[in-house]
Amino acid sequence: MEDWISVGYLISAALFIFGLKKLGHPKTAPFGNQLGAMGMLVAVITTVAQMQLTGDGVVDWTLIAGGIVLGSLIGYWMAVKVEMTGMPELVALFNGFGGAASALVALSEIQKYIAEPSGIPTGLEITVTMVAAGLSALVGWMTLTGSLLAMYKLKGGVEVFGKWIRTPTWGPTWLNPVKVLLFLGVIALIIASIDDPTNEQYLWGIIGISCILGIILVLPIGGADMPVVVSLLNSLSGIAAAFTGFIIGNSVLIIAGSLVGASGLILTFIMCKAMNRRLIDVLFKSFGGDGEKQSLTRTKVGSDADEVAMMLDGAQKVIIVPGYGMAVSQCQHAVKEFANLMEEKFDTEIKYAIHPVAGRMPGHMNVLLAEANVPYEQLIEMDEINSEFPECDVALVIGANDTTNPAARSGEGPLAGMPIIDADKARTVVIIKRSLSVGYAGVDNDLFYMDKTMMLFGDGKAMMGDLNTAVKEI
Amino acid sequence: MTPEFLIGNVTLFILAIFLGFELITKVPATLHTPLMSGANAISGISIIGALIGSNVAFDGGSTALSGLLAFVAVVLAMINVVGGFAVTNRMLNMIAGKKRGGA
Repeated sequence: MEDWISVGYLISAALFIFGLKKLGHPKTAPFGNQLGAMGMLVAVITTVAQMQLTGDGVVDWTLIAGGIVLGSLIGYWMAVKVEMTGMPELVALFNGFGGAASALVALSEIQKYIAEPSGIPTGLEITVTMVAAGLSALVGWMTLTGSLLAMYKLKGGVEVFGKWIRTPTWGPTWLNPVKVLLFLGVIALIIASIDDPTNEQYLWGIIGISCILGIILVLPIGGADMPVVVSLLNSLSGIAAAFTGFIIGNSVLIIAGSLVGASGLILTFIMCKAMNRRLIDVLFKSFGGDGEKQSLTRTKVGSDADEVAMMLDGAQKVIIVPGYGMAVSQCQHAVKEFANLMEEKFDTEIKYAIHPVAGRMPGHMNVLLAEANVPYEQLIEMDEINSEFPECDVALVIGANDTTNPAARSGEGPLAGMPIIDADKARTVVIIKRSLSVGYAGVDNDLFYMDKTMMLFGDGKAMMGDLNTAVKEI
Repeated sequence: MTPEFLIGNVTLFILAIFLGFELITKVPATLHTPLMSGANAISGISIIGALIGSNVAFDGGSTALSGLLAFVAVVLAMINVVGGFAVTNRMLNMIAGKKRGGA
């Protein structure tokens, strides 16, 4: 009977494979997610059953049951409580936890050796264990610190004693060789630890350097590229889990970990492609740092809601271009109300132009607009909708900046080559934004200064409210 | 650990990596975040290692520190797993659920 228990791992691995496959298609994605969750449940049950039925059985339930219950409650609570705008940060945080868990398992295994040196295996086994534990620690701790920093970069800053501190972006070119040296240092420590598994200096050296590596890897990367970084860190946390699988000789860890590692890497490349960036540039070229920001030399007179409403009178086609500003001000419901008003009053055709990286994560805008009951058919991806702008009366840009910046077409500057929404080709452009300030890329936006552009300066929610009132009064 | 066992595991590792590369091909931008989040929840599979590591006597003996570390790993991995699947589910309900209703 006991020998058959590990069939559970086979079932669980198969569920992960189908789950990941189905997650990639819109119709089957929710089912894919459920398959993944089921696979995890099967794996946990299998493990607990195996521990109970083989050897001495479960020695002490406190840690096992306590950990499962505590972790489940916290995780569920966080997932349910989070605001839609905070979703990307939460994914980054969870990812960091996953990496840390793998690294902790490795550390726990080594602590066992330190506590009972008589139990240290010899020959091939100790080599495999130390290499796997070292790599798991390297990737795991790096994922933790990198993900935490990525989370604060997505938030934009951190509040310390009531003062808002912006997350810095810093990365001179000399930092790149430092990264390589630190990486080689960890590898050297791992090799040294094979002959001396209980050496705590090696142990702390590996952990310390890995933590630093995670930070200096993410520090030079601008907030706009964070989705790519989080995706890459996700891939890394999978690899960490696979290495942990080698330490304890468990097949499902190896399979699931390397599946996530590989598919996560592919997803990272797909996301890079959507932003027209190369992964190597994202990682090793500092982008959008404070120092590179252009200072503004131009001004633009703002319009008011009544003026815009008059212009909207009788518009046949309006394309709404949402950006992070909509997420921050939580004005998606006001946007939907605006769309309803226009449809009812002027029989206007409303569409939404979704840039692949609008917001702080791909799909961010879709989630928010879906929350406000915007029909899915009205959400059009960038490539499809760009041809429609020349025939559209008004492009209403809400809190988007870099994703509409015509400077990206010029082939120069930080935005060069990034695909953009062609909002500037609409007959009239209305932009709701708090100020003329530059976006993440630090580039001034010509769109703001065009003659056909009307700027509504203010918070997204407040401005949309004013606009709705003004449209009602026409 | 026999060399055969190690080679078996390395084989699994390499084959699973190839499979992972093939599994994800064309993904619409809308699904990038849910897919990342779902895959992230699966990477919480280290829960298995954490559980096995927690299976020690927690009585202040020599294995206590090792057990405590594994316990923290169980908690973190479980947050990753449960939170990850739950948040992915929430996102997908908003994206895909509306699609079914609208079509």
